[in-house]
Amino acid sequence: MKESAYNPQQSRRQFISSLGCLTIGFSMTGTRWADASATPLQGTLPGSLAVEDRIDAWLEVLEDGRVRVFTGKMELGQGIRTAIAQVAAEELDLELAQVEVYLAETGRTPNEGYTAGSGSIERSAMSVRYAAAAARQQLLELAAQRWGKKPEQLSLSNGKVSLKGTTDQVLSFAQLLNGKQLEGEVNPSVKLKPKSEYRYVGKAIPRTDIEQMVRAEPVYVQDLRLPGMVHARVVRPPAYRARLEGFDEKSFKVPGLLKTVVNGTFLAVVTEQEYQAMQALEAAREHARWSATPPLPEGQDLETYIKTLPLKSQSVKNQGTTSALDQPDARTLKASYFKPYQMHGSIGPSCAVALYQAGTLHVWTHTQGVYPLRDALAKMLSLDPEKIHLKGVPGSGCYGHNGADDVAADAALVAMAYPDRPVRMQWMREDEHAWEPYGSAMRMEAEARLDETGKISHWRYALWTDSHSTRPGGNPGNLLAARYLAQPFAPPSGGYAGGGFRNSEPYYAIPNLKIDAHAFEGPLRVSALRSLGAYANVFAIESFMDELSVKANKDPLDFRIMHSTDERAIAVMQKLKEMIQPEKPGPGEGMGVAFSRYKNTATYCAVAAKVAVNKASGEVQVLRMWAVIDAGEVINLDGIINQTEGGMVQSASWTLKEEVLFDKQHVNSRDWTSYPIFRYSDVPLVEVVVIPRPNEEPLGAGEAAQGPTAAAVVNAIYRASGKRIRHLPVRAAAVAG
Amino acid sequence: MEKDLTLHINGQPHTVRVEPDTPLLYVLRNQLELNGPKYGCGHEVCGACMVLLDGVAMPSCRVPVESMEGRKIMTLEGLTHPNGELHPVQRAFVQEQAAQCGYCLNGMVIAAVALLETNKQPDDAAIRVGMERNLCRCGSQTRVMKAIRRAAKES
Repeated sequence: MKESAYNPQQSRRQFISSLGCLTIGFSMTGTRWADASATPLQGTLPGSLAVEDRIDAWLEVLEDGRVRVFTGKMELGQGIRTAIAQVAAEELDLELAQVEVYLAETGRTPNEGYTAGSGSIERSAMSVRYAAAAARQQLLELAAQRWGKKPEQLSLSNGKVSLKGTTDQVLSFAQLLNGKQLEGEVNPSVKLKPKSEYRYVGKAIPRTDIEQMVRAEPVYVQDLRLPGMVHARVVRPPAYRARLEGFDEKSFKVPGLLKTVVNGTFLAVVTEQEYQAMQALEAAREHARWSATPPLPEGQDLETYIKTLPLKSQSVKNQGTTSALDQPDARTLKASYFKPYQMHGSIGPSCAVALYQAGTLHVWTHTQGVYPLRDALAKMLSLDPEKIHLKGVPGSGCYGHNGADDVAADAALVAMAYPDRPVRMQWMREDEHAWEPYGSAMRMEAEARLDETGKISHWRYALWTDSHSTRPGGNPGNLLAARYLAQPFAPPSGGYAGGGFRNSEPYYAIPNLKIDAHAFEGPLRVSALRSLGAYANVFAIESFMDELSVKANKDPLDFRIMHSTDERAIAVMQKLKEMIQPEKPGPGEGMGVAFSRYKNTATYCAVAAKVAVNKASGEVQVLRMWAVIDAGEVINLDGIINQTEGGMVQSASWTLKEEVLFDKQHVNSRDWTSYPIFRYSDVPLVEVVVIPRPNEEPLGAGEAAQGPTAAAVVNAIYRASGKRIRHLPVRAAAVAG
Repeated sequence: MEKDLTLHINGQPHTVRVEPDTPLLYVLRNQLELNGPKYGCGHEVCGACMVLLDGVAMPSCRVPVESMEGRKIMTLEGLTHPNGELHPVQRAFVQEQAAQCGYCLNGMVIAAVALLETNKQPDDAAIRVGMERNLCRCGSQTRVMKAIRRAAKES
């Protein structure tokens, strides 16, 4: 048991060891790597190698012969650490335990932007694969030179190179390098290990961090306890645009208070003990006066309201002519769908630790992008980016842009105002629920016409959406706190509109097609939520496909297959059909299906749901769900299954339960009671089948199930009850009767 | 006013000097440097902060530490045998890879241990009831259910 008293004499060695298995040590002797150039190199290097192609930027050989691999990506619970270790161990013929994966840190790991969009396997793991192959080649060449042999005469395994046919000619990687590191660049033509010889890739390699979790080892940024650490909380305004008009600092006295930070409307308290910070937060509310603000559009039907806002419109696709839809008749169909604001809802509210000392700001953060956050912090604080050091430490699962960056900015602001002691900034549940950037509300309108054979001949689709990314990306206006400073940074307008029309084009062969996207700026703060607009678009498209299949009097999977030309798409649907064949829904039960190819260029996923509907009450229970997924070459089989199982459960929760609500003042979905999500009694049994494609590119699998799950659930409700749900979340009143 | 309180945690008495109304969670995490119990909601509705209180799974985020004197508190750390061997429920979570981010895992393991104490062979319905207080956002519940079935079989 230790007192957390500040002890500046504590040695660095003790400092590091006191933190257990969390890798948090900064290299105090300056940066190891210069920033990666933002300009991609020419050539055919995969993934992030295009911006960082030096071998030693991706891996280094340790003195004990193990290999440390650097990734600019973050572990978010998706298991990327394990997948990266697998590809590195594979190419270098190491045991998995001989590979250490080092997560995002400015100045230390490559700049890989954000851990987002299911891109970590495609970009980071593939870069590591090539870098490790290049390292293998270089190690073999070094040994060949040493022994005057050809590389072909040598073999490499378990961190050692040996001369074939001998027992005494053996050198470890560390001996070969003799204190130096690997040099040079990764040649795009480097020879990769033949896939037929794989030992790890494609297998369900268990994650090692789950054992650390069950042993309660320090795993999360929330678990950091730095010597002398103090505790901080932010006092939020009552509304987005309320300003702090006065804070009575003289009469504000609470036990343990070390500092009150007032900067414009940014108000934070710092105390010795954590519970004191929570008490100070409550007390500070009593001493703060805030301005009134214009009301939020409370009580509006958002599905109608968002169409009345000023719009920026663009054409996503225009092929053939869709004027045949202008005269509705027996062969046309039209429907409108709605998805509300929904939240990431991390179980652990966001947290960061920051220390400003000797002119350098250190931040331990669960951001998805250490470099873009560093650049945004530098501008917010008017600091040289070289004086800001960010270390990525896992947090609670984020599922997109939650409060992670904002809490880091909060911690940084307080640390600058209260230097020389580490500041642990912990968001309260209400901060996360009411201030995170939500997934935008969206409206989707679909129209289609069937030809005489029951095939879709014309398709018109329009969507209304707010932005789907307001990540910091170097812009301080995207950090919550920066908007409230005495010298505020305005949030940029617009953001990433493209996210809204992700998967807005159906992945089916339809000759005449018109797709338009309309961007509005809605009342709530928004950003990237797992799969961006794909969730809403696939919900709408795949619901509409179900409606059309009914109109065409076809089996819903057959109807999709007859509009598909991609054999991988057909394969996942056929496999799903096979899996659900034996399922015979009972009275009040129904089966629904849906399909999408994520981004129309990535992972294929077909989902089925079996639901039970209580017609009297309108209550819906999802009983079972099935998914068939093709994510190309499989790196970690269990990783794909775990992501898909979890994706289905999460998406079913969004679909059946979730909607961010607000009143005139602010968001009033402030806790798990006012924003309920699935509990155990709601969770279906799930089954996932992976179709491995060893000769295809590996694709990220984390977001593929979100859209098809929503549609499969509402399609199943239709089959069970005859009620077509086009407005999410599913409300009992819309199902009953 | 701070007081010296003696708590019985993971089989050992610990004397801590704290404000008596401090919720147990913050004493466990900050004074005793235990990582198991996690802050999740502060409203006793998500389960992330659960501990075993006299063998019953209870949230620790609100209950005043003063009221814990004389009670037996077990945290996730205390489930592991001093020789490092995992509790059957901990082992089953590893074997079933029953986590994604793992932030809720503390409460899931604690609630599962308490459940199996009262019902050695719970069926799915009993598992759902026993675990109802615990939220997971990654959607790992189905794996946790498998882990509980495995632990029930193996213990």
